[in-house]
Amino acid sequence: MRISNRSLTRSALVHLILGGYTIIALFPVILIAINSFKSRKAIFRSPLSFPDTDSFSLIGYETVLKQGDFFGYFLNSLSVTLVSLFFVLLFGAMAAFALSEYRFRGNTLTGLYLALGIMIPIRLGTVAILQMMADLQLVNTLWSLILVYTAQGLPLAIFILSEFMRQISDDLKNAGRIDGLSEYVIFYRLVLPLVRPALATVAVFTMIPIWNDLWFPLILAPGEETKTITLGAQVFIGQFVTNWNAVLAALTLAIVPVLILYVIFSRQLIAGITSGAVK
Amino acid sequence: MGSLKLQGISKSFGPVEVLKDINLEVETGEFLVFVGPSGCGKSTLLRIIAGLEDQSAGQVLIAEDAVDHLPPSKRGIAMVFQSYALYPHLTARGNMSLGLKQAGAGKDSIAQQVQLAADMLSLETLLERKPSELSGGQRQRVAIGRAIVREPTLFLFDEPLSNLDAALRVNTRIEIAKLHRTLKSTMVYVTHDQTEAMTLADKIVVLNEGRIEQVGHPLELYRRPANRFVAGFIGSPKMNFVSGEAAAAFGAAEIGIRPEHIALSRDNGTWRGVVSHAEHLGSDTFVYIEVEDIGLLTVRTLGETICQPGEDFYLTPNTEALHRFDASGVSIES
Ligand SMILES: Nc1ncnc2c1ncn2[C@@H]1O[C@H](COP(=O)(O)OP(=O)(O)OP(=O)(O)O)[C@@H](O)[C@H]1O
Ligand SMILES: [Mg+2]
Repeated sequence: MRISNRSLTRSALVHLILGGYTIIALFPVILIAINSFKSRKAIFRSPLSFPDTDSFSLIGYETVLKQGDFFGYFLNSLSVTLVSLFFVLLFGAMAAFALSEYRFRGNTLTGLYLALGIMIPIRLGTVAILQMMADLQLVNTLWSLILVYTAQGLPLAIFILSEFMRQISDDLKNAGRIDGLSEYVIFYRLVLPLVRPALATVAVFTMIPIWNDLWFPLILAPGEETKTITLGAQVFIGQFVTNWNAVLAALTLAIVPVLILYVIFSRQLIAGITSGAVK
Repeated sequence: MGSLKLQGISKSFGPVEVLKDINLEVETGEFLVFVGPSGCGKSTLLRIIAGLEDQSAGQVLIAEDAVDHLPPSKRGIAMVFQSYALYPHLTARGNMSLGLKQAGAGKDSIAQQVQLAADMLSLETLLERKPSELSGGQRQRVAIGRAIVREPTLFLFDEPLSNLDAALRVNTRIEIAKLHRTLKSTMVYVTHDQTEAMTLADKIVVLNEGRIEQVGHPLELYRRPANRFVAGFIGSPKMNFVSGEAAAAFGAAEIGIRPEHIALSRDNGTWRGVVSHAEHLGSDTFVYIEVEDIGLLTVRTLGETICQPGEDFYLTPNTEALHRFDASGVSIES
């Protein structure tokens, strides 16, 4: 009786802490979302209240959809994120497989070299990257962003995936070799499905910084054709006047795709995080 | 055909030499067992035979052909692993047919082969199940089925039973022995369980620290171990070793006596000691006796010998069955 009482208090406490954290984490996001549905005056008069019949207004969304090629920005962001994600997962998994599976001279050194990028932010190389992109005539193309983001995402991807791949039994791969499967088939059919939770983890950690990035779009692809949504939303932030309705509406819209991607990956993500704990 | 020959196989991982000049010949249809303590290089040797690992020196010949340049799938071998290693995304049937599919066999012949193997291992009802829906014993049978389907000239087993519980282990062991009798193929089997080695093998290879200590028929190893290591490794409970004066009396640096070759008596005998522990198994009794100047000796007696810790006993070794070793541990032939 006493034990069950104590565990009840404990679980209540845990839920209280987690609930509190959730509220703190979600508060700014929800604030943005509710204010995007309000008129400009209402935003400033009572920023914390929900929109009612009086203050409800879609003016922000109307501005966003009218002004500029907002749908185009959206597509740019989405294609840059998805293509980079694809390359990060593909090359990251391949490199991780090579590092974890094959013994060759300089294996550890290569692994360390590839993981170095986790500690050194890629933005330090911005000037050099800009020069290189200019030389390659890739400035103002989506490819410049995709290349940079792939490079940015690879170190963490390789680090996490090679750790996971080391845990896959050698026997399984060897059974495949005896049955005559090629190394590629072993990689795609046997190993990749088994590290799916790790792939989802990497996908989430890679995707969110790419989607939110303002720095590289501003420097490498500020042209109208190649603007991403974070850059596009800046249009409404003026030096003197800021169209808050539009900014909030644009940000709210920008949350939706990552949210969808996150939901897709999250089941696997949870499996990945708990896989060590519950066996 | 079907025989295996190892010529001067060595293997180093960096500076560590795990296999040292292994020479061995296996006849067609023979059941060969590698035994040895953990880490002595059994699995490494098996992986070299399979082609999953490159040897540092030496040659592997399967059916008289040097196979060193061939990948595992072209060596005419099949392997069963300790961890079953079934493909998790395929059914039992898929697992068993994948190898043949890769080799380009026709649909009908694959189905026929799988059916044959399934009959042999009574797997018919399990064919459409995924590995996750099978018990450990069933998984290992599917893994054995996957090996049979390939119709290899050489079967390789790497501790196939060590993940199974005791009862299943006995059943599967019998099944493997039967399989060997029906298929009449050459089998190489790795284990560190000496019951498995003794019961299955036509020929046992005792490995220690990457070297072959002795090769021979199980009973030959039991009766005439070449050295102290083999003497201590084969036989359960372990052989008793006695050195010092008692050994010198027999003209050896050390003598070995199996627990079943010591007679117990309450009245008289060669040595005198105190019972420190007794294990009653019903069919026989293991008595551990502390003997002055010699140490703890294990004695095996038939039936239910009643004795209590602290009791005095006289022990008499059967001098006919004594093993004598010189200072370097090599057996002295009498
Ligand atoms: N890939 C490797 N790199 C370095 N050392 C290795 C490697 N594989 C095996 N070894 C070493 O080689 C030795 C023999 O290993 P092996 O797996 O053949 O032992 P084993 O006889 O099968 O032991 P067990 O009965 O425990 O399975 C061990 O000391 C092990 O540490
Ligand atoms: Mg082993």
